[in-house]
Amino acid sequence: MRHLLDTASLDRPAIEELLTLTDSFVEVSGRQIPKVPALRGRTVASLFYEDSTRTRLSFETAAKRLSADTMTFSVSTSSVNKGESLRDTALTIEAMGVDAVVVRHRSAGAPHRVASWIDAQVINGGDGWHDHPTQALLDCYTLRQRLGGLDGVRVAIVGDVKHSRVARGDVHAFATLGAEVTLVAPPTLLPPSLAGWPVRVAHRLDDVLDEVDVVYLLRMQQERMTEALVPSLREYTAGYGLTRARAGRLGPDAVIMHPGPMNRGVEIAPEAADDPRAVIVDQVRNGVAVRMAVLFRLLGAEGRTGSLGADAPTDTDAPADTPADADAPTDADKESSRA
Amino acid sequence: MPESLVLKGGRVVEQAGERVADVVVSEGRIVAVGPDLSADRVLDAGGCVVAPGLVDLHAHLRQPGQEEAETIETGSRCAALGGFTAVVAMPNTTPAIDSAAVVREVQELARAALCAVHPAGAITVGRAGERLAPLAEMAELGVRLFTDDGTGVQDDLLMRRAMEYAVGLPHDVVLAQHCENAELAAGGHMHEGEWSSRLGMAGQPSEAEEAMVARDIALARLTGCRVHMQHMSTAGSVALVAAARASGLAISAEATPHHLLLTHAACASFDPVFKVNPPLRTEEDVAAVRRGVADGALDVIATDHAPHTPDAKDEPFDQAPPGMLGLEFALGVALSVLDLPLGEVLARMSWRPAAVAGLAGTQGGPVEPGRPANLCVIDPEASWTVEAGATASRSRNIPYVGRTLKGRVRHTVSAGEPVVVDGVAQR
Repeated sequence: MRHLLDTASLDRPAIEELLTLTDSFVEVSGRQIPKVPALRGRTVASLFYEDSTRTRLSFETAAKRLSADTMTFSVSTSSVNKGESLRDTALTIEAMGVDAVVVRHRSAGAPHRVASWIDAQVINGGDGWHDHPTQALLDCYTLRQRLGGLDGVRVAIVGDVKHSRVARGDVHAFATLGAEVTLVAPPTLLPPSLAGWPVRVAHRLDDVLDEVDVVYLLRMQQERMTEALVPSLREYTAGYGLTRARAGRLGPDAVIMHPGPMNRGVEIAPEAADDPRAVIVDQVRNGVAVRMAVLFRLLGAEGRTGSLGADAPTDTDAPADTPADADAPTDADKESSRA
Repeated sequence: MPESLVLKGGRVVEQAGERVADVVVSEGRIVAVGPDLSADRVLDAGGCVVAPGLVDLHAHLRQPGQEEAETIETGSRCAALGGFTAVVAMPNTTPAIDSAAVVREVQELARAALCAVHPAGAITVGRAGERLAPLAEMAELGVRLFTDDGTGVQDDLLMRRAMEYAVGLPHDVVLAQHCENAELAAGGHMHEGEWSSRLGMAGQPSEAEEAMVARDIALARLTGCRVHMQHMSTAGSVALVAAARASGLAISAEATPHHLLLTHAACASFDPVFKVNPPLRTEEDVAAVRRGVADGALDVIATDHAPHTPDAKDEPFDQAPPGMLGLEFALGVALSVLDLPLGEVLARMSWRPAAVAGLAGTQGGPVEPGRPANLCVIDPEASWTVEAGATASRSRNIPYVGRTLKGRVRHTVSAGEPVVVDGVAQR
C-alpha cells in the first residue's frame, strides 16, 4: 500500500489487516502514556484545504502517538491565499522532507492529484463528495468492536448520500466486509446512478427500521434546502430523522452511528444521540487508533518482509517516558527502522 | 519561375470518387492531374491517398488573449500536421470575436498561419447572451459561422431573434450552437451518471444538452435559419438531429474525435486531461455518436481543439478548465474507430464542413486543374502511438497518450505551399 486514496482500492484482506493493526493501537491508546516510538524521525504533514478540526486533530494525535513529527499546513494563513496552486504547495511541502501528507480538500480526487505529483505517501483525509477512507475504516472498526464482525450485518445509511464522502467510503468498506447496506434517502439526496453499488435503496426510513442492525445517520446541511433538494428541515426530520420514537423501535442490540458533527434534533434526536446503543463517541476514539494503523502501515512497515500483524507494536516498543527519551533513538526505534 | 510541386504516386480521393493520379501544384493552384506528371519538386505519395485538405469547423486557437495556451500560428501548425488546410477559429477569445475590429485582428494574425484560419463571430456581445453582436458587420468581413461556443445562448427569445436576423443577412451564414442548458448543467464537471456518482463529482445530465438541441430545432423550424449543432455527445441528441434532418430542416451537426472514442470512465483517474465540455459520456452514447456519423445524421467531424497550459490542467478535476487537444489526432481517431470507407470519413472532415462554413470555393473541392491547391496526403495504413508532449501546440492536454491510432498525415499543401512534408511542419 503506497497511498491511502480511497476505499475502492482496499480489498477485504487489506481492510482486515488494518483493523487488526488497529487493535494494537487501541491497546497503546489505553496505556498511561499512549505513545510508541514507531515513527520517530518521520514527518507527517496535514494539508487541509477545508475546515475539519476533528479529522486534523485525530491524524495529528495519531502521528504524535507514533512519535512522528507533525506539520500543519493551514490554508487560511498560507500562500494559497496568494494564489499558489495545490501542486506548488504540495511540492513545497515535499521539499521540506515530509514522509506523508494527509490531504483534505473540497475537490474530489485532489489527493489523487497530489499523489501523482509527489513521492511522499498520501493519505486521503476526505475529498469533496468522493471518499473518506479513514472514516470508513474507523466505522468498520467500531462496528466490529460492537458486533464482532460485519458479515450479514444489515446497515441503513440514512440521509444525504449524494453529497457524502462518508457514505461512499462506508458503502464500499461495509460491503467488502460482508454487510448488507441499504441507502435510505429521498431521490434528490441519492447519487444520480447507483450502478455497481452493492446496495439496496429505500425512500422511507420507516420501511426499513424494523429490519436493520445498524442505523448510520448522515449530517444534513442547511444548504440542501436552498438547493431545493428537500422542502424543509422539518419535513426531512419527519421522514428521515432518527427521532426518539424511531429509536424506540430499534432492537436492544442495534447500533446508532453518526460521523459528526451532529445536528441534534434534525437527523438525530438528542435522546438517540445519547442512547447507550449509540457509538458516536467510540467512532471518534477509534479514529485515532485507526489513523495510527494507517500511518504505521504506510510509513512504519516500509521495507518489512514479515506479516504486518507480526510487526504491530508490542510492549517492546517502549513508550517515550520523557522528552529526552522522545528525542533519542531507542533500541526499539533501531529495530523498527531496520525491519 | 515559381517552383512547381507534384504529389506523386497517390490515389486521389474526392467527392466525385477516386482514381490513381499525380497532382501538380503551382502558384497556389492545382495545374495538372494525371498519370506520370513531373515538376520541380516531388513529394512521394506512394501508398497514400491524396485528398482535399481537411476543414475543421471547431478549433480554439486562443488568440487574442490566451497566447500562453496557443497562438494562431501554433494552432495552425497543429492543424497542418493533422491534414487540415482550413480551420474555423472559435470566438471565445479575450476579447471575444464579436466585432469587426477583432475579426480584422484575427484575420491579420492569420497571415502567419500554416493554413487558412477563418474566425467565427460571436452571436451575442461578449458571448454574454444578452444582446446580439453585429452579425452583419462581421459577415461583411467574411465571417460565415457565428457561435457563442463555450456556452449556449440561453435566452430562448434572443436565440429566435438571432436566427431571424441571420436569415435576413445578405450572406449565407450559419448559426452554430454549443447546446447546453446552463441551469440543468450547473456545477457539473463531467457526465452525470455511473462514474460521477462513484467519484463524488457533480455531473451534467445528457438532458442539459438535449434540451437545447430540441429548442434550437424548434427555432430552426420557426425561422428557417441554417443551424449547426456543435459537438453532439449524447444518444438523445443524435436522435433529435437525425429526426430533424429527416424532416428536411437545414441542420448540420458535428461529432468530435473524443466523443467517438472516450467514455466517462476515463475520468476515474481524476486526471483533468479528460475533462471536456460537453463531457465524455457513456459507452451507449459513444456508440450512438459513431452510428450518427456513419449514417450521416452527424455530417461533420470537428475537433474542438481546446488547448490549456499544463499549469491550468495541473489542478484538481473540478477546478481545471475543460478541453483537450485534437487537431493532430482527429483523423487518426476517426480512421481508427469508424468502420467507414475513407471517402466517407473525408466527406465528414473535408467537403461537408467546407460547405457548412461557406468555404466550398476554396476548400474541400474537386482535385482538378484550376482549383486552389489545398490538399493533404494521408497514409491510411500507418500505425502510430501517441506520445506525451508530441504536439506542435503550446499546450500538452492530449487525451490519447499511449493509444495506437491508424492513419496518419504525410504531407499537407495549403494554398500551394507544402506546409507539412513527411510529417514534419516546414515552418
